[in-house]
Amino acid sequence: MGSTSAENHGTEGVGRRDLIKRSAALGLISVPTMSFLSACASGGGGDSGDKAKAGKKTAKNPLGVNDTAGMEFVLFDGGFGKEYAEDAVKVYEKNFPKVEVKFSATQKIQSTLQPRFNQGTPPDLIDNSGAEQMDMGVLVGKDQLTDLTPLLDAPSYDDPNKKVRDTLRPGIVEMGQFDGEKVWIFYYAYTVYGVWYSQKALDSLDEQYPETWDQMLAVCEKAKKKGMAGWTYAGKYPYYLPFSLYPMIGKVGGVEVLDAIDNLEPNAWKHPAVKACFEAYYELYKKGYILKGTPGLDHIQSQTAWAEGKALFIPNGSWVENESANVIPEDFALSVSAPTGIDSSDKLPFGTIWASGGEPFIVPSKAKNAEGGMEQLRIMLSEASSKNFTSKVKSLTAYNGGTDGIALTPGLKSGVAALEKAGDNVVNPRLQDWYVQLQKEKIGVSGLGEMMAGRLTPAEAIKKIQGFADEAAKDDSIKHYKHQ
Amino acid sequence: MQHGKYRFIVGFLALPLGLYALFVIWPFIQSIYYSFTDWTGLSPEFKMVGFDNYSRMLDDEIFWKSLQHSLLFALLLPVVTIGLALFFAFMINVGGRKRRNGPVVTGVRGSSFYKIVYFFPQVLSIAIVALLFAFAYNPDSGAINSILRGIGLDDVQPLWLGDPDLALWAVMAVLVWSTVGFFVVLFSAGMASIPAEMYEAALLDGAGRATTFFRVTLPLLWDTVQSGWVYMGILALGAESFAVVQIMTTGPGGPDYSTTVMVLYVYQKAFRDGQAAYATTIGVALLVVTLAFAAVVMRLGRRERLEY
Repeated sequence: MGSTSAENHGTEGVGRRDLIKRSAALGLISVPTMSFLSACASGGGGDSGDKAKAGKKTAKNPLGVNDTAGMEFVLFDGGFGKEYAEDAVKVYEKNFPKVEVKFSATQKIQSTLQPRFNQGTPPDLIDNSGAEQMDMGVLVGKDQLTDLTPLLDAPSYDDPNKKVRDTLRPGIVEMGQFDGEKVWIFYYAYTVYGVWYSQKALDSLDEQYPETWDQMLAVCEKAKKKGMAGWTYAGKYPYYLPFSLYPMIGKVGGVEVLDAIDNLEPNAWKHPAVKACFEAYYELYKKGYILKGTPGLDHIQSQTAWAEGKALFIPNGSWVENESANVIPEDFALSVSAPTGIDSSDKLPFGTIWASGGEPFIVPSKAKNAEGGMEQLRIMLSEASSKNFTSKVKSLTAYNGGTDGIALTPGLKSGVAALEKAGDNVVNPRLQDWYVQLQKEKIGVSGLGEMMAGRLTPAEAIKKIQGFADEAAKDDSIKHYKHQ
Repeated sequence: MQHGKYRFIVGFLALPLGLYALFVIWPFIQSIYYSFTDWTGLSPEFKMVGFDNYSRMLDDEIFWKSLQHSLLFALLLPVVTIGLALFFAFMINVGGRKRRNGPVVTGVRGSSFYKIVYFFPQVLSIAIVALLFAFAYNPDSGAINSILRGIGLDDVQPLWLGDPDLALWAVMAVLVWSTVGFFVVLFSAGMASIPAEMYEAALLDGAGRATTFFRVTLPLLWDTVQSGWVYMGILALGAESFAVVQIMTTGPGGPDYSTTVMVLYVYQKAFRDGQAAYATTIGVALLVVTLAFAAVVMRLGRRERLEY
């Protein structure tokens, strides 16, 4: 054989042959590894077998949480930070001292959690938010979520005579439903969308916030004379425009128009109200009231230009106060208003605003301790936790109230006032959570963005958007929803 | 004496081949397999759907747009980048005038400085480069429009990334800027190994710069150029184009889908829309395009090897 290794080891056997044998053994190992890899996609994992046993339901523990089972909570670490959740976790640990809570915060929700869903070992509570949000429609459609009805029907944390359901702001429960009664998602934050501006800048023009479009154009003209643009918006992400445009459509034509759009009904976009509003916005472009270069700005850049006083109005959500905190001057007097309408013939009064839940929390159906996840949410919906959130991150929560006795920031205060003024006239268009790609890329970037950059007329934009909507309605690779 | 040879070789090759099969071949097979399912990527359940994903892809307007852009990237970027790099490398190494007492073949004045300048972008991560240029392209306060204003061109204030007619070119320019330096260094190394006598002979025969380049340098550098070509094309189809488009442009995917590329579309379908199976289908198409690109370049570029 002429092998050197055999000589070295004195006996034959530990040489090339062993090498080959070992390689063969490695090959054998790699076969199960392969099936492990493919298990990433196909291994269901034995569910229910390793679920925590439910504990005893008591007055203090209405959901019957197992007081020895661990609980895992993964939070999106975004504009709201993670402190509010850590505080709530501390309460959970205090209530269940034998339990170990595994808490983690990440910006990479999808890359961290998608494989775990795939393997059937997701955590017990997730804040599924941010740029890497997992598609809710798919999660619901594939039975990956727990119905949260038990949580909503449980007594609230502060008052045992009141159900959790009764302590919430309007629309929160409905937003978490897809079709039917079951509630899959719990939106913890409450966002006010609208037109944001500096009261100080408006005062300096000697103007009030305009209620009709003619007044709006007059205000913009006045601003222009003073060297200030009327509007700016996140030109690279024109799906911020709907924050004021959709409620305007609702105000002008009634909520039915928005519902028809959400339901992807044929010709929904051809409604006269849509046309009137598109033309109104296009007028801003044509008269040169939009800050120069806006179509090339991203959200941060446009917010900065606006905070520097280069433009008067910006369509945005209530997170803008936290997000732009470092560029908004002290004496800015940040305010939000419901969108300006066309004139007095509008269907709904001035004040009609878009407000809805944000920060979607979910409990996976394969969670080991689903009761624990829900209990954690119940704690977060206590008045104390809700106040803690509001004072820390300048945003409202799904808990109705909880603003007494804490110092509200200017934007938050104006948001609360806008909600009070709106009363029942709160609209909630669902395109942005039902059909993400349609809303953001197609309607937003390719439709509204092109129109506001002056590359499409309103009529062309409407035709294009209607085409996108019809396409989405026909596309059976996405799940379709309807307003109930 | 020879009978153990193959077993011996196989013994050594088994491990790397196994690893290669496991981490390279197997995922390919898996992706192709998943492209025939309706897997979402968010749950372990899926079923076979035959060629549904493929027929859907053929009807998908955005897929065609992304394919078009990817092809443009793969064809145009190597031409521009390699052309520029060849020119720079030639000027740095060969293109200088003869100076008294200096070597016959030399680069232009300050060539070592230029080499560093060209290579510099290479030390920056593509993500940083993309971010920097996103700021530079800002139409309101970005460097480029500010310079235009500064030199009195107040009326020329393009929207750059916000303009569907410009966005794709703006993105490509960034890729050229960030990769050209690598090829300058690569070609410089290639030129350094060309014997100086050849250049001397050419000079004695009275060849100018252009003739020297096309008759001497390029033919002797052909192998390097060809590998560079394939390498650049694959970069342009894959990772680099993804990074710049994802970071710099709107949407992302550009205003009116003007910058969307295949690899970005794969990412969006798999990780935003929960359609992992469809994403793998587009991935398979990308694989085909990449292989076809490499094959075409290798075939067109086949030449007789010059020995020296």
